[in-house]
Amino acid sequence: MVFPVLSVIVFTPLVAALIILMIPGHRKTAVRSVALAAATFALLLSLWVYVQYLTQHMSGYQFKEQYSWLPALGISLHFGVDGISAPLVLLTGVVMFTGVLISWGDFNEEKHLSAGIQDRPREFFAFLFILASGVFGVFASLDLFMLFFFYEIAVFPMYLLIVIWGWIQTREYAAMKLTLYLFIGSVIALVGALAMYWTAGQATGVYTFDMLQLEKAGFSASFQNLWFLPVFFGFAVLGGIWPFHNWSPDGHVAAPTAVSMFHAGVLMKLGAFAALRVGIMLLPEGAEHWSWLIMLCAGVAVVYGAFIAFIQTDFKYMVGFSSVSHMGLVMLGFSTLNRNGLTGAGVQMFSHGVMTALFFAVVGMIYDRAHTREIPQLGGMAKVMPFAAIGFIIGGLVSMGMPGFSGFIAEFPIFLGVWQTHWLVAVIASISIIITAAYIMRNIRQVFFGGIPEKFEGHITDITILDKIAISTLCLLMIGIGLFPSLMVPVVQTGVNHILQLLGVA
Amino acid sequence: MDFLNTHLLSLILFIPAVSALVMLFLPKDEIKLLRWFAFVASLIPFALSVYSWIQFKSDAAGYQFTEQYTWYAAIGSTLHLGLDGLSLTMVLLTTLLTPLAILASFSVTDRVKPYMMLFLFLETGMLGVFMAVDLLIFFVFWEVGLVPMYFLINQWGSANRNYASLKFMIYTMGGSLGLLLGIQLLGALFGSFDLATIISKWNSIQGSLLGYPVETVKAVVFWAFVIAFAIKVPIWPFHTWLPDAHTEAPTAGSMLLAGVLLKLGAYGFLRLVLPLYPDQAHNFAWALALLATAAIVFGAFASYAQTDFKRLVAYSSVNHMGFVVLGIAAAAMASGTADARIALNGAILQMFNHGLSAAGMFFLVGVIYERTHTRNLDEFGGLFPLVPIYGGILLFTSMASLGLPGLNGFVSEFLVVRGSYPLLTPYTAISMLGLLFTGAYILKGIMKVLHGPMNEHWAHGEHKLTEINTREIIVMAPLMALILVIGVWPAWILDVINKAVMHLF
Repeated sequence: MVFPVLSVIVFTPLVAALIILMIPGHRKTAVRSVALAAATFALLLSLWVYVQYLTQHMSGYQFKEQYSWLPALGISLHFGVDGISAPLVLLTGVVMFTGVLISWGDFNEEKHLSAGIQDRPREFFAFLFILASGVFGVFASLDLFMLFFFYEIAVFPMYLLIVIWGWIQTREYAAMKLTLYLFIGSVIALVGALAMYWTAGQATGVYTFDMLQLEKAGFSASFQNLWFLPVFFGFAVLGGIWPFHNWSPDGHVAAPTAVSMFHAGVLMKLGAFAALRVGIMLLPEGAEHWSWLIMLCAGVAVVYGAFIAFIQTDFKYMVGFSSVSHMGLVMLGFSTLNRNGLTGAGVQMFSHGVMTALFFAVVGMIYDRAHTREIPQLGGMAKVMPFAAIGFIIGGLVSMGMPGFSGFIAEFPIFLGVWQTHWLVAVIASISIIITAAYIMRNIRQVFFGGIPEKFEGHITDITILDKIAISTLCLLMIGIGLFPSLMVPVVQTGVNHILQLLGVA
Repeated sequence: MDFLNTHLLSLILFIPAVSALVMLFLPKDEIKLLRWFAFVASLIPFALSVYSWIQFKSDAAGYQFTEQYTWYAAIGSTLHLGLDGLSLTMVLLTTLLTPLAILASFSVTDRVKPYMMLFLFLETGMLGVFMAVDLLIFFVFWEVGLVPMYFLINQWGSANRNYASLKFMIYTMGGSLGLLLGIQLLGALFGSFDLATIISKWNSIQGSLLGYPVETVKAVVFWAFVIAFAIKVPIWPFHTWLPDAHTEAPTAGSMLLAGVLLKLGAYGFLRLVLPLYPDQAHNFAWALALLATAAIVFGAFASYAQTDFKRLVAYSSVNHMGFVVLGIAAAAMASGTADARIALNGAILQMFNHGLSAAGMFFLVGVIYERTHTRNLDEFGGLFPLVPIYGGILLFTSMASLGLPGLNGFVSEFLVVRGSYPLLTPYTAISMLGLLFTGAYILKGIMKVLHGPMNEHWAHGEHKLTEINTREIIVMAPLMALILVIGVWPAWILDVINKAVMHLF
């Protein structure tokens, strides 16, 4: 029997969460060690899957597993990854691993330092890992029902994580807003999914949620045009698409650091991925019909997000809105429905995930020490935490789309794809590049350079070795892909080929 | 040896970057070690580029020492490197100036490790632009070079560095936005970034493009390219970032900024704009010539008006680079004619010459600034008796900048005006009048620093001005030697340049 690697990846965090809950709450180090062990295990397995996919030149759905779950309704536990989801599974592994590392933190009563998660780490890691299971599940699921199932599992712990461990000033508001937005979106998408289930069932006589079957269902054009929008936008809410992005900066800011990393790094990809997998791949004609609308919304998100990020004075809000802008590029890539655009979008999901996880990690490290995120009040951080400064600068260069880093590798084909469809959108969207450069450079200078404000003198300590490991891991990925695009692009391309077949262009 | 011959360019290109990564593991307090490591690391590419100069066959057309590696197969871009006479000259200039700049930085004591690392990364960025035979690779290195320069200005610059560095960054990035969009358009059209493929396909395109007549689209993209390169050169009125960036940058940063980075813009004109847009370049040659004339005349006036020694030298770059653009405009006007070729020879040689003299001038400004901590011309005066050797060197380098016959600047400027006079008579005539003011501002600089009544402040006590030291003379020696050699016997370099021009245009 083949080793069921995907189900092991999906359920490792869940099992780890149960083990963690059995450890007495005051044994914080034990809790953290179990969490780190589980995260490392999941990371290594997802890396193995990815490397296999890359080096064996695989294509299509691989590592498939199917277990019967509710056969009467045509629901099965069906796992498999393709070129789009394999990088995202790896991304989840990376963010989980680094998220645990930076949550370990540093506790020092004399220096008023309580970095990482010092309050109830047991419950925190348990919820975080349930969330991680949900995320892995969505990326690996080939069954529409299971996809929803894991989707909700991923969204629900978010509420608790924000409301309990979040930023005290806005956490109730943000958690409620986030959860309502996402639930409403997913319920609307669910209605669309059920419509697919019934329509395909009536036509073929086989009622199934299996997406590989639904891909071949051949829905009529009018059905697709009708249901594409609810399904796509229902999921795209989680991808932060304008004008439904409003929950995301609030949510990012209110969440504790590791949750922000998960949230922006992985959860937003969940929305984009589901919008692609369910919306575009199951309803390709609908996607072609409405691609102009996605392009419009995405284009607005790209430019508007950059401008809004530009005027933020709160460091974390700045990063939050930059995510809106960058996720807009993912949606922009989707909306082209051509090879370049989709390939770029696939790489951008990974690249942005790593980059924004790094951003939030560094912002968290600074906030834990300085107790403020107001950019004008910060300064000189490079002197006390040089490693974090270098990490943030590298993240910033990725964000600006600087060649040599993964952001360029992702954004360039997206723009190529847009040129091939609506060239004017490419010209307008390119404004965001210069705005991004301006706010990133300005903030790097204000936060990391110049003199340290007097009140921080002596209070701010350097980051821990675990933080440094997390930052190096994330930076290496961004530089690696930036210098050697063939580490990721060929994998994404195999996934794109399949989408193009469904769209009938290849 | 075989490995060396087949990987010559990638060795030259990546040795600086790899050395910078190695420096990461050196102890940050061993300042001497760090300096010498960086210096030696930048000498190796110089030795290799001298070797490639010797190996180079100037009679052969096309690129030599070519290397091609897979890079971004999905969109058809490869790491394709090659040299022709034009890029070889620029590579030689870059690899010569970088070790000198590093040697000039031996006086830097603040955070030596990141400083030296940034210089080495900068060298790789600049060299990559000159070596690229792939449009996307060209752009990659074009942008990458900005980052080290930004941090060099921002971290090691003088008082107004924050403003200057951000202006430099945003100006250049904003300028290259049009270039980026143009490159995307070409890539989206042809699915390849190979320079030769793109040039031939783009020039044979007919009918309409994106719903507009091809001529219209080409004219728009032409200007997008031109503006990106014009900002880098810089051509009036896109030059305003330059005085700030040059003035605030640390001495060695200014040396490379003026010595090499400005050449990137001119190189872009020669490598991309003229081959890709021969018709548009012909049609708009008058506009280029007009802007070049404006740069020459206004650059000279502005330079004359400065009271800050470094700003004076900075504006002189606008003035001198104007002649490069004038030569390019002449070539655009009448590609293939003998006059155009003479002008181009002059323009390319002027790129090399200005690299030498501007780097030298900025270094000399740095030498006196380090001792006096002022750049205000009014605070100097009559320093020649105090520092005779420094005075002599400054005089020599200034004369090269002024275009004194027998030194290098004269040869290239003469070629430019000789070539462009029949083609662009009024512009050239006005530019030549502008040369008068070049003389004026340079003499003003010399007079204010070296001559006139001595400012006694620098003559005695703790402020006593010390003579230029041996290390600083070693920095200047190769520059002065080349300035003299090219001035007296330009044939060795003009031969390579001329054959490249014959092949290309």
